[in-house]
Amino acid sequence: MIKKTVANVREACEGIADGMTFMLGGFGLCGIPENIISELVRRNIQDITCISNNAGVDDFGLGLLLKKHQIKKMISSYVGENAEFERQMLSGEMEVELIPQGTLAQRCEAARSGIPAFFTPAGYGTEVAEGKETRDFKGKMHVMEKAFEADFSFIKAWKGDEAGNLIFKGTARNFNPVMCGAGKITVAEVEELVPAGELDPNQIHIPGIFVQRIFQGEKYEKRIEQLTVRKRN
Amino acid sequence: MALTKEQIAKRIAKEVKDGYYVNLGIGIPTLVANFVRDDISVEFQSENGILGMGPFPFEGEEDPDLINAGKQTITALPGASFFDSAMSFGMIRGQHVDLTILGAMEVSQNGDIANWKIPGKMVKGMGGAMDLVASAENIIVAMMHTNREGESKLLKECSLPLTGVKCVKKIVTNLAVLEITDGKFHLLERAPGVSVEEIIKATEGDLIVNGEIIEMKF
Repeated sequence: MIKKTVANVREACEGIADGMTFMLGGFGLCGIPENIISELVRRNIQDITCISNNAGVDDFGLGLLLKKHQIKKMISSYVGENAEFERQMLSGEMEVELIPQGTLAQRCEAARSGIPAFFTPAGYGTEVAEGKETRDFKGKMHVMEKAFEADFSFIKAWKGDEAGNLIFKGTARNFNPVMCGAGKITVAEVEELVPAGELDPNQIHIPGIFVQRIFQGEKYEKRIEQLTVRKRN
Repeated sequence: MALTKEQIAKRIAKEVKDGYYVNLGIGIPTLVANFVRDDISVEFQSENGILGMGPFPFEGEEDPDLINAGKQTITALPGASFFDSAMSFGMIRGQHVDLTILGAMEVSQNGDIANWKIPGKMVKGMGGAMDLVASAENIIVAMMHTNREGESKLLKECSLPLTGVKCVKKIVTNLAVLEITDGKFHLLERAPGVSVEEIIKATEGDLIVNGEIIEMKF
C-alpha cells in the first residue's frame, strides 16, 4: 500500500504558490473542499486561476477568495448570484471564462486521461466556438476543446482511506471525481479517513492512483444554497 | 385566455411518455414534474449528477449533499443513482436522455435558441444549456410567446447571443403549441380562447397555419 495521508490541511497544501491554476470540485456549495479553501484564504495566495463549475456565494466557498481579491481568473459554467463576483467582473479586476458545463467536465476528464483534445457539439454556432477548430462528424458540426492544465486539483470526498481511495456521497460527487488526477497534484479532503482495508474495493469511486495527498477535514459547515422543503400533510 | 406557467407545464407534461428519461431546466420546466401522469414510469435527470430525482424533502430531512442543478434540496426516489459530471454529460451528449425541456428568451424559425446571455447585463453563464441543446434529439422549449413589452420571442432570427443552432423542434408558449420544420414555425394548437389571429400577431417569424387549429387539451 502506498500511503497518501498527510497530517492536516497545511501539509496538504504544501507547494501552492501565487499565479497557479487550481481545479476545485463542487456544484454550487455542494461538495466543495471547504477546509482547503480556508487554507488558501489563510495563506493569502494571489493571482489564482480557478477552474470550478461555480464561484460560491458572497461569504462562503470561492466567495471567500473573491472577497480577498485572490482570484485573477475564473473558468466556470455558471457564476450565479454573487454581488462581489459581479462587481469584480464588470470592473475588469477579474477575468472570467464561461464554458459549457459538459465541456468543463470533459476537459477535466481529458486532462486526467491523457487526451489532449476532443470534439463536442456543445457551443457550435455560438460565441463559445469562436477561434476554435470545428469539424463535421456524421453530418453534425463539432467544436474542438482542449484538456485543462492545472497545478493542483482540490477535491472533497465523503470517505477515503490511507491509500487515497475515495467514495463520494449523493450529488456532492459532481466535478470531484473528474478532477482527480487532472491537476499535477491532487489533494483530497474527506469527512472520514479510514485505514487501508476498511473500504470495500468494490465500492470505491476513485482509485488512490489519482490522489497524491489525503487528509480528514477539521470541520464541515455544508451550507445549503437553496433550502426547498415540502410540508408534511 | 393565455396559459399560466402551470398550464404551460401541464401541456408539456403530456409530451412525457412512459419509459422516458427527462432533463428539466430551471423555471417552467421544473413544474412539468408535478403534472406527469402517475400511471407511467419516468425518471428525471439533473445534470449535477442524479437520475431518479424525487420531490423536495420534508422539513428537517434536507441533505446538503443532495441537490438539483438549481441548487435546491431534493430527494432520491427508489431506483435512483448518482454519478459524476462527466458521466452526466455523457448521458446527455450520448443521447441517452430521451427528452430535454428548457426555457428560452428567443427562438428562431430555423430552431436556433438564445437563453443564456443579454448583452449589457450581468452574464451568469450557460451552465449545461449548450451541451443539452447541442445533443438532445428531443427538445421542448417552454416560454412566453412575447416579452414584457409585448414583442415576439418567436423570431425570424435571434437577436441575442445563441445557445445552440437548429436544435429546437417543439415550443409550448402561453398562446400556442408550435413545431419547427423546414425553417418555419408551424401552428399545431392554440390556448383555449386564444384566436389564430392573436397568435399570428404575436409571432414575428414565418408562421404556417394549416387548416383548423384545435384548442389545447390538458
